[in-house]
Amino acid sequence: MTRFLKHFRYVMGENPVTVIAFSLFLLIVFLALFGPWLAPYDPLATDAALNLKPPSWAHPFGTDHLGRDVFSRVIVATRLDMGIALSAVILSFGIGSALGCAAGFWGGWTDRIVGRFTDTIMAFPLFVLAMGIVAAMGNTVANIIYATAIINLPFYARVARAEAGIRRNAGYVSAARLCGSSDARILATQIFPNILPPMMVQLSLNMGWAILNAAGLSFIGLGVRPPAAEWGIMVAEGATYIVSGEWWLALFPGAALMLAVFCFNLMGDGLRDLVDPQRRT
Amino acid sequence: MGTKLIQIGRRLLQAVPSVFGVVVISFVLTRALPGDPAVYFAGAMADAQSIAQVRKALGLDRSWIEQFFIYCGNLLHGDLGMSLNTGRPVLEELMTRLPASLELTFIGLGLAIIVAVPLGVLAATRPGSWVDHLCRILVTAGVSLPTFFTGLFLIYLFYYLLGWAPSPLGRLDILYVPPPHVTGFFTIDSLIAGDMETFVATIKQLILPAITLGLFALAPIARMTRAAMLGALASEYVRTARANGLSRFTVLGTYAFRNAALPVLTTLGMVFSFLLGANVLVEKVFSWPGIGSFAISALVASDYAAVQGFVLSMALLFVAVNLIIDLILTLIDPRVGMDV
Repeated sequence: MTRFLKHFRYVMGENPVTVIAFSLFLLIVFLALFGPWLAPYDPLATDAALNLKPPSWAHPFGTDHLGRDVFSRVIVATRLDMGIALSAVILSFGIGSALGCAAGFWGGWTDRIVGRFTDTIMAFPLFVLAMGIVAAMGNTVANIIYATAIINLPFYARVARAEAGIRRNAGYVSAARLCGSSDARILATQIFPNILPPMMVQLSLNMGWAILNAAGLSFIGLGVRPPAAEWGIMVAEGATYIVSGEWWLALFPGAALMLAVFCFNLMGDGLRDLVDPQRRT
Repeated sequence: MGTKLIQIGRRLLQAVPSVFGVVVISFVLTRALPGDPAVYFAGAMADAQSIAQVRKALGLDRSWIEQFFIYCGNLLHGDLGMSLNTGRPVLEELMTRLPASLELTFIGLGLAIIVAVPLGVLAATRPGSWVDHLCRILVTAGVSLPTFFTGLFLIYLFYYLLGWAPSPLGRLDILYVPPPHVTGFFTIDSLIAGDMETFVATIKQLILPAITLGLFALAPIARMTRAAMLGALASEYVRTARANGLSRFTVLGTYAFRNAALPVLTTLGMVFSFLLGANVLVEKVFSWPGIGSFAISALVASDYAAVQGFVLSMALLFVAVNLIIDLILTLIDPRVGMDV
């Protein structure tokens, strides 16, 4: 463990950008957990007298067309956005790694069926498929999560398949087999923990793209309904006012979205440095 | 040449399972509607009798296998159902809007290639220089920027603040009459009609949405070009070419780039998939009358036949694009298929 910590410090020291990414990540987690208590105003409270006010000391991000405080809404939205993306990513991580492990470990027909299934998903433009899934299953937040999970599934399945395939005949797998472990047990206790590091990198890289996807879906009016605070829908609401010069409605939620995605992408690169044995000295 | 023909034939056959999978999934999507699909397709004003009629017309009273064959048969006749929203056949709606979307997508992709490929090549030939850093910043920013946000930002800057761009509403300012329909691409049609004024107006409307799409497509292309060029420059054939005293230009252009172009071309397939998705968002931001806007209004109005028709046609378009890219790869690369 101390070796890991040392390596962690080394990676952090070598690349200051990763430090920024990890700090941003902590900030996002903090806002997602405590956002509703930190927001200075009620994110849903309207005030007709205060509509479309530019940023000021009282309202650092200005107010929207209903007089709601944009700063509070951006903070409170963190939880919903992260919740959607995280649930989707965890779902596709779970199902994708199970399918991928099975395909890589057993090969043969299992591999062919899983491969055909993931190829079929990849044959669609992914965002368009997500739109189709939400349209078919109904326009709810839960279905946004399922749709995002389904379109991300192939990426996990592929990584897991490749990693499990390399390890199917590894020494420790043969040893476990010799000890009389069943295939399922070997998969769960030997293969899965060993493919976890590359899967975590995939997870972090994928998280940013899941956030973008979910926000894109709510931008076109799927899933999250007004007046709920969510970055994608806030940008969509602000879009109408951008041609008349009220830039702060769309800018701040959009910037929050961008920073979150940026943070997860950078962190994915950082994690890759952390787990990549070739860079470990 | 004979082996190449066989390879092409084999690649064409490989597209068959993809198309089959796409058709199966879109069939499942049309039948996965919560509750009774017949009620949805009959519309809000339907009574029990018309629902029964729709059920029979859609073949929903038969088994799933039979339904699937009926669905395939309808597809073969180009029947994607009727759009509840507009009351016209979905296929007709999609076909009239497709040129608008394709014009935008192709110009966006073209812009991205024009910028990203030289940038990637320069970054690879001068690692650690400012070009390399610029490339890295653009690549990281490009994957993190939500397309709809970039579009809005460009509108604010170039329409509201600077006043250079026309109002972001559609393909042509209302002062102009669309050129006579030949290809459906306003740029080409106005040139055919010899109407330079309309051509300039079309370009003005196109430029912001195309840049938005281009910025989005730029990142993966630049990253792949840089990586592929780095790989090619480190290879033995480039070292040999250099050792033989060939000019820098010949080494870069003929030896390195022609080999690096292959993975870049492969990436274009994936980029196109993302572009078709991003297109929907950009069309909404710029009120572009393409199939993306059509799909969004269909989604909002619960017009399921239209949405599923849109998803299916996008998927088929994507399969076709991948096929074309692979065929080009087969034609230009002598190594493709050597191991088969």
